[in-house]
Amino acid sequence: MTALAILLRRDLALLLGAGRRGATILPVLFFIAVAMLMPFAIGPDPKLLVRVGGGTIWVAALLAAILPLDRLIEPDLEHGMFDQWALRGIAEESVIAVRIFAHWLGFGPPLILAAVPAAALLGLDGPTLRTVELGLLAGTPGLAALGVTVAALTAGLRGGTALAGLLVIPLAVPLLIFGAGSLAPGGETGLAYCAAASLVLLALAPFASGAAIKAARG
Amino acid sequence: MQACRLSAADLACRRGDRVLFARLSLAVESGTALHVTGANGCGKSSLLRILAGLLPAYAGAVVREGNAGLIDERPALDPHLPLARALAFWSALDHAATVPLERLGLGALGDVPVRYLSTGQAKRAAFARLIVQNAPIWLLDEPFNGLDDAGAGLALELTGEHLAGGGIAVIASHQPFALPGTARLALADYAT
Repeated sequence: MTALAILLRRDLALLLGAGRRGATILPVLFFIAVAMLMPFAIGPDPKLLVRVGGGTIWVAALLAAILPLDRLIEPDLEHGMFDQWALRGIAEESVIAVRIFAHWLGFGPPLILAAVPAAALLGLDGPTLRTVELGLLAGTPGLAALGVTVAALTAGLRGGTALAGLLVIPLAVPLLIFGAGSLAPGGETGLAYCAAASLVLLALAPFASGAAIKAARG
Repeated sequence: MQACRLSAADLACRRGDRVLFARLSLAVESGTALHVTGANGCGKSSLLRILAGLLPAYAGAVVREGNAGLIDERPALDPHLPLARALAFWSALDHAATVPLERLGLGALGDVPVRYLSTGQAKRAAFARLIVQNAPIWLLDEPFNGLDDAGAGLALELTGEHLAGGGIAVIASHQPFALPGTARLALADYAT
């Protein structure tokens, strides 16, 4: 098995499995809880719910993606894993690329599945749900890349987790605008822009995170 | 074991706005060890990290022929995993067939999560990780910290075998290092 496959196996066991850093289910429950609270908060008017429902799902997805940030980079930096990988000639950028994929697997597909009950709670119709799902498919990889990058930037800082959440939110605004914007009438091009924003984030993230980890090593 | 050599010319190390040491040159040949001594905070760990390539030198250059393995205060093992599985990650990464748990006195601890290990046991586990890596250059930062007498003896024995096999060891430690033929480097001589 190549080094990257071994790293991916470890990342998946850590982020998906029952391990310390597992708890994939928590962001999903959080996501559904937000969708469930909305009808209570704004009232059961179906028209209103349908209008705000898609946007609510997007905001909930963004917030749910923030939950696992503290488990992404910090523990490995603290335990000296990154140093040991560097000694073996495994570039930080490769480790990060693998980590982004594992992190996405940990929250992307679960959120896409959880969007179905969330849409039911908000009374969204079939075509809207389809657009939401396509948007999440396009947007969550970008959210994963952004999350890992910010986690790398804030690893080792005091209050790093809270800071990471605060940093992710403004940086995720383009994804949110294009993703949720695709739900507006005639907003289908939003999906393409959302996917494009995701691709840019995915391309930049390994290098930005790698630089952050090298700087943190100092 | 592959041929190895470690040398450095005119090294300087800066932490913050302090230069810890400067004009430091060293050369370690295959089969020999170098014992770095000095007071707390004089830059022993930094020197080892520079030699490992993990920290950029403020000045000077390091020439390293052969991979380096590092032991420092962090065992680099997943704390929640049982010891055997945490080490299995490294042995898979390093293509090692076996993990020398018995040799290190860890035979009974394979099922114990790493976070429950004592300081000394974690240090023994770090030695297991180092052996599994099979790197010709060993960089040992305070390798005897937390080890009992038997453990320290074992660490010495393992280092001796590594040197006999043609390896290199650089040890940063306050404790005397009792292997014959070990060169000494007092970091205080290079303080600025």
